[in-house]
Amino acid sequence: MGETLELMLAAPFWVAVLRIATPLLLGTLGVLLCERAGVLNLGIEGIMVAGAFAGWLTVYQGGGLWAGVAVAALTGMVFGALHAGLTVTLGLSQHVSGLGITLLATSLASYAYRVTFPKVDSPPTIQPFADMSSWLPLPVLNQQTPLTLLALLLVPALAWLLYRTPLGLALRMVGENPEAVEGQGLNVAHLRTGAVVAGSALMGVAGAFLTLAAFNAFYFNMVNGRGWVCVALVVFASWRPGRALAGALLFGFFDALQLRLQQAGSGLLGLQLPYQFYLMLPYVMAIVALLLVARRASYPQALMKPFRKGQR
Amino acid sequence: MARRQRLRSGACTVRLEPRSQTPAWLWLVAPLAALAFTLAVTSLLVAWSGAPVGRSYALLLQGGFGSRFAWTETLTRATPLILTGLAVALAFRARLYNIGAEGQLYAGALAAVAVGGLHGGVGWSLPGWLLFPLMIAVACAAGALLLLGPAWLKVRLGVDEVVTTLLLNFIVLLLVSAMLDGPMKDPSALGWPQSVAISDPLQLDKLIPRSRMHTGLLAALALAVALAGLLRHTTLGLEIRAVGANARAAAFAGMPVRTVAYKVALLSGALAGLAGAVEVAGRAGYVTLDMSPGYGYSGIVVAMLAALHPIGVVFAAVFVAGMLVGADSMSRAVGVPTYIADVIVAVALIAVLVATLGVRWRVRFR
Repeated sequence: MGETLELMLAAPFWVAVLRIATPLLLGTLGVLLCERAGVLNLGIEGIMVAGAFAGWLTVYQGGGLWAGVAVAALTGMVFGALHAGLTVTLGLSQHVSGLGITLLATSLASYAYRVTFPKVDSPPTIQPFADMSSWLPLPVLNQQTPLTLLALLLVPALAWLLYRTPLGLALRMVGENPEAVEGQGLNVAHLRTGAVVAGSALMGVAGAFLTLAAFNAFYFNMVNGRGWVCVALVVFASWRPGRALAGALLFGFFDALQLRLQQAGSGLLGLQLPYQFYLMLPYVMAIVALLLVARRASYPQALMKPFRKGQR
Repeated sequence: MARRQRLRSGACTVRLEPRSQTPAWLWLVAPLAALAFTLAVTSLLVAWSGAPVGRSYALLLQGGFGSRFAWTETLTRATPLILTGLAVALAFRARLYNIGAEGQLYAGALAAVAVGGLHGGVGWSLPGWLLFPLMIAVACAAGALLLLGPAWLKVRLGVDEVVTTLLLNFIVLLLVSAMLDGPMKDPSALGWPQSVAISDPLQLDKLIPRSRMHTGLLAALALAVALAGLLRHTTLGLEIRAVGANARAAAFAGMPVRTVAYKVALLSGALAGLAGAVEVAGRAGYVTLDMSPGYGYSGIVVAMLAALHPIGVVFAAVFVAGMLVGADSMSRAVGVPTYIADVIVAVALIAVLVATLGVRWRVRFR
């Protein structure tokens, strides 16, 4: 146990926590925005894959790193617009449409990768984001890339948008009581579509973090359920940006811990377990997180309910 | 007028009006339109890869449905897809969103090997006629129990079953990986991790000699018919449909909504677990980490393409399997990446969803 404690107190451990938490935070904020407006977006897993690929390809073809981030966000917006068209405009099932988007985005990214690189054994690499140690005088944070800073800044920004602006009030209201929004003379479909498109942009950037900052290449299974974890984290966060940060960090903590425990060799409390059980830990924690808040989870009241004007 | 609706989107206004009567020609035109749209979109992608579009599609159809060999391969692939498709269709009918068929399939496969592969493939010292049903039953139970947990959490605590079943897929796959490295590892297998094999008498017979098509297909077809009958002609079927249509109304009508949810979870999980056992007993005889190329996830697509109807699931599964098999042979011939099959299926899913909407609603632009 002493060895484990020592690991957790060292700075590199917290650097890893923050790095693992970054894509989860971006994705969770994206899901949060969609769900606050009343739209479940299960397309996140696929949108992250597509964002990771599009961002990486842009940089590989000679674009700048920030251009890659922008293209990833744009890719997310395209799939978000499709999801909004299917669920908001046409009122189709949000579950089914979201899963369809995930399937479509994942297969399109894989197909595009194989068409562009028909015969490569090892994935081509790019020069990823450098850390901020040259200009930022903060200890753990300066070991991160600017995308982590962006993600952290988005937390107060989104909180401000949701709780301090008229647009935020309308967005929250459209997820709780769309009839009331309609009564205010606001357009439900516009608000929801905007939220889904913007939220999906964040999901695209979350994927791009993986290829442009965490790794330097695109792999087929690199997202590996992170999108689904984000959907769980939003419930854990009670649909609040601040708690989303706490949830992502907690999750990053457990993921970093299991990585260290695998490497440490002594195992958890001296218990020798196959490495697969450590890899399970994040997914188990996500389910546990859902259970912990289950009793007091307050879903947005209109979540998953398509709004049709004049129909009750 | 209450059921008229207008939805503004962008500059143009989309208005959906319910059709009081659907003209007969629309039932024919809607699926054809969806198919045409799918072909149009995906042919652009095929052209992008530099392959001749017409020849590629000819190869795709030929590879999936063009010969006796193609049909046996397609039906072999369709067998687990029918079972996972039925699992998903049944659960979705009752609004239990089971996205965990992939995990349940692996749980069933692992359970089948645990029973049928004991002592290096000899199994328990039971006669074969007893061991085989035991193997199938344990596999079904493994899948059923895996879904019972999320169903219980949904009913008791209101935990969203989509997320829990999705996350369980990853947990189960890691568990399979641990078992293949540890207790269930085949000591004689070199390289890739694989489990011990079930004993020969437990393996399913081939339907046609020198093909891979096995009797599991007949079981899947029989179950599709049985499930259609269950939904249409039994009390439980009525309850499932009622709970799916409106759970509150069903509760007011005195239906045991919670019990129905548990029953559906057990049935759905058992079907997915059976898919795993059938794959093990009908194909390789052992479990590997890549034994399912996403049959559980494809089952969701199959169920949706079939509009959640058990008989439709059979046809949808054959379509999806044919695309997968055809894409393999097309890829070998003209070099279009096999991922095109997934793209075709995904686009077809979205197109069919929209086409189905068009049958029930009149879409007006203004």
